[in-house]
Amino acid sequence: MQYKSQAVAKPYFIAAIGLFIGQIVFGLIMGLQYVIGDFLFPEIPFNVARMVHTNLLIVWLLFGFMGAAYYMVPEESETELYSPKLAIALFWIFLTAGALTVLGYLFVPYATLAQMTGNDLLATMGREFLEQPLPTKLGIVVVALAFLFNITMTVLKGRKTAISTVLLLGLWGLAIFFLFSFYNPHNLVKDKYYWWWVVHLWVEGVWELILGALLAFVLIKVTGVDREVIEKWLYVIITLTLITGIIGTGHHYYWIGAPEYWQWWGSIFSALEPIPFFAMTVFAFNMVNRRRREHPNKAAVLWALGTGVMAFLGAGVWGFLHTLAPVNYYTHGSQITAAHGHMAFYGAYVMVVLCIISYAMPILRGRAANSNKAQVCEMWSFWLMTVAMVFITLFLTAAGILQVWLQRVSDTPMSFMATQDQVALFYWMREWAGVMFFVGLIVYVISFFIKGETKAATQ
Amino acid sequence: MSGIFTKSMARNIFYGGTVFFFLLFLALTFDSHKEFPKRDNSQNLTPQVIAGKKIWETRNCIGCHTLLGEGAYFAPELGNVYPRRGPEFIKAWIQSQPTGTPGRRQMPQFHLSDEELDNIVAFLKYTSEINTANWPPNIEG
Repeated sequence: MQYKSQAVAKPYFIAAIGLFIGQIVFGLIMGLQYVIGDFLFPEIPFNVARMVHTNLLIVWLLFGFMGAAYYMVPEESETELYSPKLAIALFWIFLTAGALTVLGYLFVPYATLAQMTGNDLLATMGREFLEQPLPTKLGIVVVALAFLFNITMTVLKGRKTAISTVLLLGLWGLAIFFLFSFYNPHNLVKDKYYWWWVVHLWVEGVWELILGALLAFVLIKVTGVDREVIEKWLYVIITLTLITGIIGTGHHYYWIGAPEYWQWWGSIFSALEPIPFFAMTVFAFNMVNRRRREHPNKAAVLWALGTGVMAFLGAGVWGFLHTLAPVNYYTHGSQITAAHGHMAFYGAYVMVVLCIISYAMPILRGRAANSNKAQVCEMWSFWLMTVAMVFITLFLTAAGILQVWLQRVSDTPMSFMATQDQVALFYWMREWAGVMFFVGLIVYVISFFIKGETKAATQ
Repeated sequence: MSGIFTKSMARNIFYGGTVFFFLLFLALTFDSHKEFPKRDNSQNLTPQVIAGKKIWETRNCIGCHTLLGEGAYFAPELGNVYPRRGPEFIKAWIQSQPTGTPGRRQMPQFHLSDEELDNIVAFLKYTSEINTANWPPNIEG
């Protein structure tokens, strides 16, 4: 690698992959609970498994983003990291806090956990994805601020590129919008309204800036295309993202007690949200086609193309599928939502983090790219996980369509649980696709341990 | 996208566009706040409802159920459970969990007191009276 301090990215990437494994294990548990309702009850009730599944996802992606920033920013800024020691200290603090939180979920009843951790002082817990106890939330803020300080100082003392600017904007936005997790009004409508300022403005807003920056960085490295061209694309993509995505928040305001004009604002702007994802796909393929060098890391190129396609399918197409208010009236809060959530998170965020890991990890381990054998193994894992995710999404979509029909459209609507029994077949198929995903993940981990001939990193 | 369209133009459109649409979003939010009192049933936000919301949160109900369509999709929608089942059924149901029926989805036993049960019912009643633009499509949620 070019700068010694980039090495701090390595533990972040390793932790990310470790937590990813945990996330999938709990996903499999939940998938089984969908069809064998009392599986692991009362040891791990569904709600606990789900908290662990979703919180681990968020935390490992954050590890991935932070590792990516520590790797990219010195190279972009052409200077050593402001403080590598701080980066390592934050790593251990964040990992410990994350582990303690998950152990708390698993071994302490949630109401007791709330009482122990000061939820009576400031009630923030028990809202989807924001289940973390108060000390964890505060810890996230402290770690995020210290991390941003470190990264910002590095950028300020070095070269300023569009990629590092966009990355910083995304990361600052991430920290700032997280502050809304501390706002929990008694009024349920306002609670929900501002809950989306964390959730939507993260995943359909500032996180996409991070996604764009990571993808642009890898594309510059593996294609050798002129930075001016790639950075212009980056600006165009994130412009499209934010001018559609900010008002697009309205697609969450249809049925929660907000004014009904949001059905118009939300439908129109979120119908445009696939455009930036489509631009990203075109961008990735275009740059790879115009490549000026054959980078030895084929796996990283595959992840870069993959994230373009899968983010468009998952976030763009599957988002559009149920975003128009008249459609959403029937699909809101059904398995259609779950289908979209799975493929969007995988395509946009999981794959881009695996992309930067795929590119950076060999260099962090002292070689330009992994051996051919290791790369073939990694590409197998790419296809196993990606195809499995396509099937998970298709089965959940089928379950969702059936659910919506039986429970909401039919002249003789069935109850929720009676409907669930009817769609169980699709839940079984989803679970098997989940097993396939897990196999892919194991293959992915194995790829790190495959040796073979490699060229030393030239840089 | 070459020639006359330069990177700095793209950057300026990004900043300009983002600021414009964020300000528009804030304006719509401001207007929504003026509209909330007509729809959000806040006149019925009693101390009992507030206590009920806290029970809802600290038992992580959202980890299995949806409320106004948001949450997990493992258990029934509860935004309209009050008109669907009525207060007595809701309390009896919570108290009788878990059912222990083999193979069926299980809800934990939360050991709520009578007062806490009344609070959660009050919260669910309040929620069911929010104007949700006629969502869900029918009583089954």
